[in-house]
Amino acid sequence: MDKETKNIILDPLVDNNPIGLQVLGVCSALAVTTNLGTALVMSLALTSVTAFSNLSISMIRNHVPSAIRIIVQMTIIASLVIVVDQVLKAYVYDLSKQLSVFVGLIITNCIVMGRAEAFAMKNPPGLSFLDGIGNGLGYSIVLMCVGTFRELFGSGKLFGVEILSTVNDGGWYVPNGLMLLPPSAFFIIGLMIWGVRTWRPAQVESAEFKIKEVNGTEVA
Amino acid sequence: MPNENEAKPVGALNFLALSNDSTVKTFIMATLVCLVCAVFVSISAVALKPLQQLNKELDKKKNILQVAGLYQEGDDIEAAFSKIDIKLVDLATGEYTTELDPSTYDERRAAKDPGLNLKIDKSDDLASIRMRPKYMPVYQVKEGDIIKQLILPINGYGLWSTLYGFLAVENDGQTIVGLSYYEHAETPGLGGEVDNPKWKKMWAGKKIYGSDGEVAINVIKGSVVPGISGEEFQVDGLAGATLTSRGVSNMLKYWMGAEGYQKYLNKIQASGV
Repeated sequence: MDKETKNIILDPLVDNNPIGLQVLGVCSALAVTTNLGTALVMSLALTSVTAFSNLSISMIRNHVPSAIRIIVQMTIIASLVIVVDQVLKAYVYDLSKQLSVFVGLIITNCIVMGRAEAFAMKNPPGLSFLDGIGNGLGYSIVLMCVGTFRELFGSGKLFGVEILSTVNDGGWYVPNGLMLLPPSAFFIIGLMIWGVRTWRPAQVESAEFKIKEVNGTEVA
Repeated sequence: MPNENEAKPVGALNFLALSNDSTVKTFIMATLVCLVCAVFVSISAVALKPLQQLNKELDKKKNILQVAGLYQEGDDIEAAFSKIDIKLVDLATGEYTTELDPSTYDERRAAKDPGLNLKIDKSDDLASIRMRPKYMPVYQVKEGDIIKQLILPINGYGLWSTLYGFLAVENDGQTIVGLSYYEHAETPGLGGEVDNPKWKKMWAGKKIYGSDGEVAINVIKGSVVPGISGEEFQVDGLAGATLTSRGVSNMLKYWMGAEGYQKYLNKIQASGV
């Protein structure tokens, strides 16, 4: 694997993470991370949709009229999402029931659309496919981290296996109800972004404007 | 997925040589993309339909078995379910009906079918479901000819969603065996605790009707005090889920009441068949 290909896959994991840096796809990250099972299935679904939508859009990129390019992209993405939804319903029925509408909402996930428009329209199919995988994995990493926190502290479990025995089941751990509600994912993602930007200061955006310092003699 | 551009523009593919922004090409591309996507989606939907249908049926059967305490993880669902008889009951009279085939009857579809449903009077609509089917399926667990248990489908509104589930009662039409929901969208960890096995266990042995014949079973606020009078009609409320708990109470009041299964249960009580 040459360096460029490697970068395409590894870059979105931390340095250019779709949730961490671009702050895209946050809505679903709030919704499906109450437990790791749904987070994992959602990650797989989004990764495959991003990869294959990038691949197919890149294949026809030279022939897509620019006037209708967004709708062409949407059509392809929507079709892929329906297929993924059908596959989930057929093979992992229980999890697809828990994910309910959120699989369908991958259509509106900005990561998929963003990669199609920003990368797949300008790059060959192979690279686009890898870019889709990379960005999907970047999304997955965040989802899995958030899911771990929320399931562990919200219900004392990981992947449904009891880790901290909760008071409800006669144990000692009082579950944190907030962890099961969407706002907790906001806090966790916020803290993660803060952490990553402290570790990699290059990610900190420059301020859009600077407040002018006024010294005493100047009239404001 | 679409890969028509990979082919060399010959014959019918001449249009690929057109400028991308020409009207003709825009139309052709739009049509082609839609066509390819439509075919792709249809194939996957049709091909996976049987599997999905099977999953749905198995899921429902599993829930029916679970609420009756007849299922352990890993059991063969179809084999266990073969012991269960399905009958259709006309709720207005409490009699069995043979008008429709019980094995293909879908009470949730019937609730929306103008020929098969009834509008519930606002004042009677405790479960906030607006419509109910005329006929409801009952699942009978039999030993020889004698009914041991009845499993009754119920539904009603909680906080966010309609909860769909089953109530299993013993052949006296009075003692609850279990309550379980197979579909709902209540808050996980709060109202979603209707799925908590510990809470579900509390239902076993509770009684539905008070001495006056009215529905007395009730989800109370807080915990049931052991030994208190009326204990057999009370179940602990779900902490932090007052509205879901109330929804559960209300739907039982509705479905076990005169509008629901009461006539049928009285008949079972009297005759045992």
